[in-house]
Amino acid sequence: MDITEVPVSRDSAGKSKKNKKQKKKKSAEGAVEGKETEEKKTEKKMEKMEASFPPTFSVSEIKNKQRRHLMFMKLKQEKRKQKMQLKKKKKKEREALGDKAPPKKVPKTIENQRVYDETTVDPEDEEVAFDEGTDEFSAYFNGLTNPKVLITTSDRPRGRTMRFCEQLATVIPNSHVYYRRGLPLKRIIPQCVSRNFTYLMVINEDRQTPSLCLYGLVLCHLPDGPTAHFKVSSVRLRKEMKRRGKDPTEHSPEVILNNFSTRLGHTIGRLFAALFPQDPQFVGRQVATFHNQRDFIFFRFHRYIFKNEKRVGIQELGPRFTLKLRSLQKGTFDSKFGEYEWVLKVSLSARL
Amino acid sequence: MQHDDVIWDIIGNKQFCSFKVKTKSQNFCRNEFNITGLCNRSSCPLANSQYATIREEKGQCFLYMKVIERAAFPAKMWEKVKLSKNYEKALEQIDENLIYWPRFIRHKCKQRFTKITQYLIRMRKLVLKRQRKLVPLSRKVESREKRKEEKALIAAQLDNAIEKELLERLKQGTYGDIYNFPVHAFDRALEQQDQESESEEEEEEDDEDVGQREFVAEEEVEESDLSDFEDMNKLKTSSDEEEEETDEEEEEEEEEMEVQTKASGSKGKSPANGSAARKKRAYVEIEYETEPVAKSRATS
Repeated sequence: MDITEVPVSRDSAGKSKKNKKQKKKKSAEGAVEGKETEEKKTEKKMEKMEASFPPTFSVSEIKNKQRRHLMFMKLKQEKRKQKMQLKKKKKKEREALGDKAPPKKVPKTIENQRVYDETTVDPEDEEVAFDEGTDEFSAYFNGLTNPKVLITTSDRPRGRTMRFCEQLATVIPNSHVYYRRGLPLKRIIPQCVSRNFTYLMVINEDRQTPSLCLYGLVLCHLPDGPTAHFKVSSVRLRKEMKRRGKDPTEHSPEVILNNFSTRLGHTIGRLFAALFPQDPQFVGRQVATFHNQRDFIFFRFHRYIFKNEKRVGIQELGPRFTLKLRSLQKGTFDSKFGEYEWVLKVSLSARL
Repeated sequence: MQHDDVIWDIIGNKQFCSFKVKTKSQNFCRNEFNITGLCNRSSCPLANSQYATIREEKGQCFLYMKVIERAAFPAKMWEKVKLSKNYEKALEQIDENLIYWPRFIRHKCKQRFTKITQYLIRMRKLVLKRQRKLVPLSRKVESREKRKEEKALIAAQLDNAIEKELLERLKQGTYGDIYNFPVHAFDRALEQQDQESESEEEEEEDDEDVGQREFVAEEEVEESDLSDFEDMNKLKTSSDEEEEETDEEEEEEEEEMEVQTKASGSKGKSPANGSAARKKRAYVEIEYETEPVAKSRATS
């Protein structure tokens, strides 16, 4: 069809131009020749296209949804098959080589790829050891003071918050829950200090919807110690936990602090450690764990039993929650004039 | 010419007034110059040519009076008088300015002024108390945080970490002698210290032979304490004699380790597991002479 069309158009073009002046006729002929070659090329292309799919075809260009879906599924299956074949081949090669096989490649994780943090504490660092010998927790770690914790909430707490406080009080020995009746923290703190409390823990709640409640935790070490402000998330009270054990006993639990490796981590770790009494009662077989992973601190409370010296069974009792540090302040709680040692910076646009 | 009645007739009942808010029980007037806030014949600022209100601006109270002669210039219609901050003086000022005005307006002005001063006082008191600062949450950030937390939880493998830590502590001996797992952990300690002090052990064994015979009686009592570790008891009782003997010897050597490493008062506890085997020692005394052979069996 194209071949027959071309001479018609050529002729018509030629005729129309012949009617005009002769100069134009010549140029028209030249132009017509150019057109001819182009059209021949397009002819060839069109022929090729009809024979097989053009290289730029993709599944998404099919307009019919069902067929598109089918083609996509087929594509996926193909890919999967190829992947499996590749894997099998590699495995065979591995087995064939036996001992000489190259070592397995370690997958990249965030923990592997992390940039080395300069503030990581070296276990033998003298400066750090000296600092820690003279900071606010040294009294505790030298065995001079026993922890005494005051747990309270923000104004008008909900039932769930109060239950959370009570459960925390069972986890932390020597702790007391007090109802806060609109008292400002600034006035509570001197009273606590005078009654020899070592810690003040405030649980701030914010009820967004009747079902969702966000918590904040302010942990203040009392004789002018640092104040840490955390965001608490995924709180599970004892009732909501599956396969949990009975209520914890009065024995002092052991403490496990994992991955608190930087200077900041050390301070926070010591903050948590000083909550619990120095001599845990191993008879109670209870352990409180603060595990730091990617800046989230997971708190768990377990009871353990050694089945033999290679296996231990743990049973979760007690509440569980995760903390994320928002700010660390030198000195006791003072939101206006406090000196912030560290503040979490949230940038909406930062690429993760 | 202002015909108040006509105006009221129109906007009050029959036709539309843009300031009127109708509710089930009451009609309210949204006009900012209204003195009571209700939609009444006497409270309507449009339908009364003689009208006055009190309004406050940034803590300062003003008496506004309507000058009906300037009804044609609404922007200039209201005259403003600044009232003093002293409550009594301000009331006198109101009286003085509204001297020949209807009782209703004077009374209502004073009432309104009282209310305003009261709420200003409360505002000042509240500022001194704790202020609740609202921090806006960004939904994007929150959802990102949640996702990160989930992934961190998976990466943390908490149960494994805790178990590992507890086993580490057991190995390092932070738990003292509460638990007694004779076979494996102490094997390692054994192998370490074997090279150091073999001769010492042999000597001490002879000494301890004497001591251990004394212990036998005590152990029988203490066996009941360890009912928790039934596995251990099962292990001991179900094994062969030879194994028991090797275990005995290993336990003896454990005791030596303990004696050497820490002064522990619970020496009596550890052999209690094998107390069933201990009893046989009375018969098997002869076997101590062949100890070196048995020992090589144990270490190999």
